[in-house]
Amino acid sequence: MTVIYVDNNATTKVAPEVLEAMMPYFSDYYGNPSSMHSFGGNIAGAIKTARENIARLIGANPAEIVFTSCGTESDGTAIRAAIESYPDKRHIVTSRVEHPAIKNLYEILSKKGYRTSFVPVDGQGRLDMEYLFNSLSDDTAVVSLMWGNNETGVIFPIEEISREIKSQGILFHTDAVQAVGKIPLNISESGVDMLSLSGHKFHAPKGIGALYIRKGTKFFPFMVGGHQEDGRRGGTENTAAIIGLGKAAELASENLKADGYGRVSRLRDKLEHALLAKVPNAMVNGDTTSRLPNTTSIAFEYVEGEAILLMMNEHGICASSGSACTSGSLEPSHVLRAMGVPFTAAHGSIRFSLSHYNTEDEIDGIIETLPPIIARLRELSPFWKQAMEG
Amino acid sequence: MWEYTDKVKDHFLNPRNAGVIEDADGVGEVGSIACGDALTFYFKLDENGKIKDATFQTFGCASAIASSSALTEMVKGMTLEEAKSITNEDIAEYLGGLPKEKMHCSVMGRDALEKAIGCYLDEPEKKVEGEIVCECFGVTDREIERVVRENHVSTIEGVTDYVKAGGGCGNCHDRIQEIIDEILGTEKPALKKAPALTNLQKIKLIEESIEREINPTLKKDAGRMELIDVDGNRVLVRMGGSCASCAKSPVTLKHYVESKLRELVSPDLVVEEVQ
Repeated sequence: MTVIYVDNNATTKVAPEVLEAMMPYFSDYYGNPSSMHSFGGNIAGAIKTARENIARLIGANPAEIVFTSCGTESDGTAIRAAIESYPDKRHIVTSRVEHPAIKNLYEILSKKGYRTSFVPVDGQGRLDMEYLFNSLSDDTAVVSLMWGNNETGVIFPIEEISREIKSQGILFHTDAVQAVGKIPLNISESGVDMLSLSGHKFHAPKGIGALYIRKGTKFFPFMVGGHQEDGRRGGTENTAAIIGLGKAAELASENLKADGYGRVSRLRDKLEHALLAKVPNAMVNGDTTSRLPNTTSIAFEYVEGEAILLMMNEHGICASSGSACTSGSLEPSHVLRAMGVPFTAAHGSIRFSLSHYNTEDEIDGIIETLPPIIARLRELSPFWKQAMEG
Repeated sequence: MWEYTDKVKDHFLNPRNAGVIEDADGVGEVGSIACGDALTFYFKLDENGKIKDATFQTFGCASAIASSSALTEMVKGMTLEEAKSITNEDIAEYLGGLPKEKMHCSVMGRDALEKAIGCYLDEPEKKVEGEIVCECFGVTDREIERVVRENHVSTIEGVTDYVKAGGGCGNCHDRIQEIIDEILGTEKPALKKAPALTNLQKIKLIEESIEREINPTLKKDAGRMELIDVDGNRVLVRMGGSCASCAKSPVTLKHYVESKLRELVSPDLVVEEVQ
């Protein structure tokens, strides 16, 4: 069965160019970049290029980039460095719709005695700015807000927020894992002090990420060890993955200069419009005016997400859901709950996240396959008829 | 991804007996849309009092639909007496097993069956018996007791897997544990309070905490702290290094040093700086 992969916010295909760039570093160039001999030492040059490519992609200086193992490590490193840098400050701020890498860390810190503000969002997933700015004080050690939401794609106005927070002298971190490579970022002009990114969300392999740390920001390493990454992250470099990340960043930069995600967002819009037109009682979760170009979260009322996913799976369509049953928890996603999406819709929410590799034919395939699946599950559901009869 | 048996997949993708029986003899409704799954079960008897036809309507995940479908197949041809004896384990077994997190789907099947039989026998709808323990999913102590007894569940996670209780905010976890302990007769004696520290132990512990935890942290800002005396719960310290001249050192003392010592030694400690 052919696979139609529209789950790119979960992970992406490694670009063939990326894989090709990586291969020699698994075989021929296995030296340690820290070595004194040129066999190893030359590899440091390739890592330097990768660092420059990442810096260019987000508008940073190469010296401000630290390679990590993933987005979660970058997030954890940033927050722990922030609170270690300001041990007297006991207040930390984030939003109610963050990725678990931030959400669960904040919850742990809250149990350890940190005063924690979780800024709410409105029904469209937009941040409550007034709440955010009112929550800040001299005691605030760090504010961490995601750039683009992984479930709904909603983009927070990070540049604007970060400048305001910076003007108050408070450290600002952003989890830009879903935004990097998809929308143009110019970090040096924002007030962002630290930014997390993850390779496998934009066609690099899994197991490689990076943390941007603005020059002059106080920092404590999370992984202490050798002098790698200028002492900011110990451990021998994951050379092949770093090369892959650099190549993926180069491809993403070229792409953003050209059409960007124009074609992808047109396919996304086509999918969204067609599904809303063909399926009654369906609606988009989140603000469609400020959204990642590849993402749509659609709620199909009165049906349950896991059932939809597994029926789509029978047709090779790979997507994901904010429903409770898919995660093993019993409640629907914290993002949809924070937005106040009613239960009738939250349990039946499906996220489609596209990439450059998706074709028009694939999108047409989904448009054809999904409506009968929803209709069939609604036939089975005791609520559908009730709802239709009012 | 869940590991569903082929039989679960088959009953999910090709559900048997989906639909409504308009002139049903018994109807049982359980669950709600807020909880994420719900089932309405219908049956019709033949002239001999055996179940001639059974159907279902289900909102829920694959295992909820499969459990409902399985139930309708299982009860066909049974008398009500026979049907009554079906347990949730029977439903799970019929499907070749369910992931443990999904056992509540089989419980939902059994509950709907019981309700439908109760409806036919014209038994008054059982009032919610017992006290609500889990507010998130509206689960009573009776329901929790039942799974602990019948399904040999002995942990909070187990209770959550079967009846969802405790799967939301988690505020009821203590109460669920109490119920489990009462039934399994393993009620633990209340934890004895940690014996009060002797003065000597207390001073030693304070000294160790300062050396191991506090001074290494202060050292990052080129500060340090020295223990001068311990008088009851008053801990007298002298700030050194850059702390001695730092305007923020009273804040460090209260926010960091005192809370750290309270955490590591005793919650009653008060830290005071001496010159």
